[in-house]
Amino acid sequence: MTTMPDMTTMLEVKDLSVSFDVFGGEVQAIRNVSFDVKHGEAVAIVGESGSGKSVTAQTVMRLIAMPPGRVKNGEILFEGQDLLKLSEKDMQKIRGNKIGMIFQDPMTSLNPTMPVGKQISEGLVKHQGMSKSEAKERAVEMLKLVGIPTPEARYKQYPHEFSGGMRQRVMIAIALACNPSLLIADEPTTALDVTIQAQILRLMKRLQEQLGTSIILITHDLGIVADVCDRVMVMYAGQIVESGTTEEIFANPSHPYTRGLLNSLPKLSQRKDEPLVPIYGTPPDLIAPPKGCGFCDRCSFAMNICRTTHPEVTELGGSHQVRCWLQDPRAGQAAEQREVHA
Amino acid sequence: MSKSLLDINGLSKHFQLGGGRELKAVQNFTLDIKKGETVGLVGESGCGKTTAGRTIMRLYEPTAGSMIYDGVDIAKLSKRQFKAYRRRMQMIFQDPYASLNPRLTVLDIVGEALDIHGLAHGKAERKKRVEELLELVGLNAEHASRYPHEFSGGQRQRIGITRALAVNPEFVVCDEPISALDVSIQAQIINQLIDLQKQLGLTYLFVAHDLSMVKYVSDRVAVMYLGKIVELASSEELYDYPQHPYTKALLSAIPEPDPSAAREKERIVLSGDLPSPINPPSGCPFRTRCPAATEKCAAEVPELRETRPGHLAACHYA
Repeated sequence: MTTMPDMTTMLEVKDLSVSFDVFGGEVQAIRNVSFDVKHGEAVAIVGESGSGKSVTAQTVMRLIAMPPGRVKNGEILFEGQDLLKLSEKDMQKIRGNKIGMIFQDPMTSLNPTMPVGKQISEGLVKHQGMSKSEAKERAVEMLKLVGIPTPEARYKQYPHEFSGGMRQRVMIAIALACNPSLLIADEPTTALDVTIQAQILRLMKRLQEQLGTSIILITHDLGIVADVCDRVMVMYAGQIVESGTTEEIFANPSHPYTRGLLNSLPKLSQRKDEPLVPIYGTPPDLIAPPKGCGFCDRCSFAMNICRTTHPEVTELGGSHQVRCWLQDPRAGQAAEQREVHA
Repeated sequence: MSKSLLDINGLSKHFQLGGGRELKAVQNFTLDIKKGETVGLVGESGCGKTTAGRTIMRLYEPTAGSMIYDGVDIAKLSKRQFKAYRRRMQMIFQDPYASLNPRLTVLDIVGEALDIHGLAHGKAERKKRVEELLELVGLNAEHASRYPHEFSGGQRQRIGITRALAVNPEFVVCDEPISALDVSIQAQIINQLIDLQKQLGLTYLFVAHDLSMVKYVSDRVAVMYLGKIVELASSEELYDYPQHPYTKALLSAIPEPDPSAAREKERIVLSGDLPSPINPPSGCPFRTRCPAATEKCAAEVPELRETRPGHLAACHYA
């Protein structure tokens, strides 16, 4: 936990659904996703490939190609205005300026034909109206801030002259150059080694404290989340299935999928004769998402209702919410009734 | 457990880069793998762990050293002579998307291995054998007629495992078999590999960068840095009493899926990156990033020596 967030909402996503029209039909990538991010807060979106976590982030940045993409319904309120209603020109004033983004792969997301310094100062000239020399000064400052040694010399170098970790630092410098109020980091450390990952996470945490930037961290690694984030949202098959503070989620994981994710990771204290508990099966096809709960085919606790009826949100106290029939207040009664009948 | 299956001694692999430059990817790699055990090989990208695995499989020709497999030095064999050993030693590759031929059906991907080693006589026997194998790794016999693109990542990795097991190997090099898979699928594959090991009495060299998984699957673990083994011990011993500062840093960098432990955990965050193996630092290769490096580290190369019973480390101060 870092500095206490001042608890005013900066980003609010309401009932967002995004689909892609493809040859085989309509892929319902995200369905009715709602969440908010407060000032100075770090929020994690956790899920496996295809769960819709990157689509959520890219929709906030308006980076989804339309067509084939299509926002079916919902609003994205950023500092009070709906980003989905902005013209592309107005959106450009926000993208990279007020909302920065770090992409997963630092090897391919930098321009290989442009010196890295120029890639940082480009945005400053465009968004902040700086002169070229001011922008250069600020870019060197940013390189120094993200911990790149000899920033003046590095300013003139090209991406291929940097290692993976260094490139990710450059990406962070670009994303933070205009001092955005929100930083979206899409799997920022997945392509990096553990030792470099630790460096980058420490850097992000430090910058969050120094600059007060809010962070949306997208990842599939629950270990990273525990270290960096205040709140967690777990996505599965295009929906948020569980959300709460980091403590709530890790102390009391309530969705079978969240529990499955935690159980699939070996603990360092785990002995070889204690088997890992995998989640069997694979995620559902989002062209025809199941009528009931998206997880029911892989869930060892699935009940009849899970296959037929989509689970509603159940409040578990605090900010902890889950979409699972097992946690529904009526589930206990149902189990008792079944025992009586049996 | 006690009988040695593969005794690797002083194995090196150098690549010539032109201009007289040489990349020493693996240097003086010495490791004794016993029958039925799993040895983990960990390190950062670029440390030479994959090259080591591939050189053991003779996918790269070793520059120096010996590899005694069941009494025969397989490093010295001709390609033709080595073929018989390739049946006994197999490899599972990292990327299940790139390592399967997209234009062959599963039947042919797996059957090819049987054909090369002449293990199946006639079409019917070949098909039957492939179907048996598919069921062994948790797929269905009907999957044999499908193409790789019809499978998910986890299923493809199972096909890769099927292909490796088709020829009844004794020894399997698993090169990052789970790093391309989702967390929820990783445990499925790991459990499968452990089950198969028990059923078929396999010996594994498990190459990976995920330390918690390596600890879980391995009996012994070797840590590599810049082409050299810097620490080798049983997995419990290594994780409980790491001797080399690099191993300590690697262990402390593991993200902990528990918020209170994660925030209290003292991390040793290494500064800088892996140095270039073309121009490695003098003395100890790790000294440029080591928090405890001294002048001695720059001057003398630390030898891999026993610092605790059965525990080898290459550090002057371990």
